[in-house]
Amino acid sequence: MRSALLLFVALFALTACGEREQVIEPQSEKRYQGKRDGKPWDSESPVAELRGGKWTKGNQASWEDQIKQRQLAQHEHKRIYQ
Amino acid sequence: MARMKFLCDAERCIECNGCVTACKNENEVPWGVNRRRVVTINDGVVGAEKSISVACMHCSDAPCMAVCPVDCFYRTDDGVVLHDKDLCIGCGYCFYACPFGAPQFPQAGAFGLRGKMDKCTFCAGGPEADRSAAEFQKYGRNRLAEGKLPACAEMCSTKALLGGDGDVIADIYRERVLRRGKGSEVWGWGTAYGPGKPGAQPPQQQQPSGTRS
Repeated sequence: MRSALLLFVALFALTACGEREQVIEPQSEKRYQGKRDGKPWDSESPVAELRGGKWTKGNQASWEDQIKQRQLAQHEHKRIYQ
Repeated sequence: MARMKFLCDAERCIECNGCVTACKNENEVPWGVNRRRVVTINDGVVGAEKSISVACMHCSDAPCMAVCPVDCFYRTDDGVVLHDKDLCIGCGYCFYACPFGAPQFPQAGAFGLRGKMDKCTFCAGGPEADRSAAEFQKYGRNRLAEGKLPACAEMCSTKALLGGDGDVIADIYRERVLRRGKGSEVWGWGTAYGPGKPGAQPPQQQQPSGTRS
């Protein structure tokens, strides 16, 4: 009886050692019931006069690549001295 | 991609308010609403004056989102905090919760009727169809869907204001600070906000002898 109790206590204590994935997702984000926003990469690349980047519609990686190029344009050490 | 963030380098900001103007122009923000503004501390104190451009910081755990009674906030895959104006009731809770004073409320009518909340969208529009007229009217330009970054950061003349993927702009800033190469304050609080401990008072200026205050 005592060993069973000890086993139960040990198992109960070990449950605290378990690790679950932690993500930043406040409750309020789950509660949002409004319209679903589109993804920026789901748009067509803008026309030339908008001077936007070029990516393949629906391809997140290609959109991120060209956004990264745009971000690096803020880095004058690379932009000027290269 | 990490989360989209703004980073303002107080060593470079010259208080030109170009970012404020760019934001207002790009998004056609109404009179009385400032999605972005430049805050200056120790104004006029030689050597101690610092300016920083402030807007919505698109917090990872946004307090505005937590307090909203109608849950009109959401976060995009890029970490941009946006809201649905069709759900917003203009209560102002988010204004009190935000440590940066980002939420703005248009005032209209003789009795200052408070409208729906308006704030920086990281030039990512809102829940309407991307690059549509409805989106522009309610939230302003969706530059991310045009493959661009926020107008305020992209047109900053001294590149004090950086905008984009947190990892990328942190690298830009880190390299800049290392190249700037100051002493022990080369990184951290001292670089961002000037010498001294948090909450310290600016150094008092010596009054030239023979002058009256």
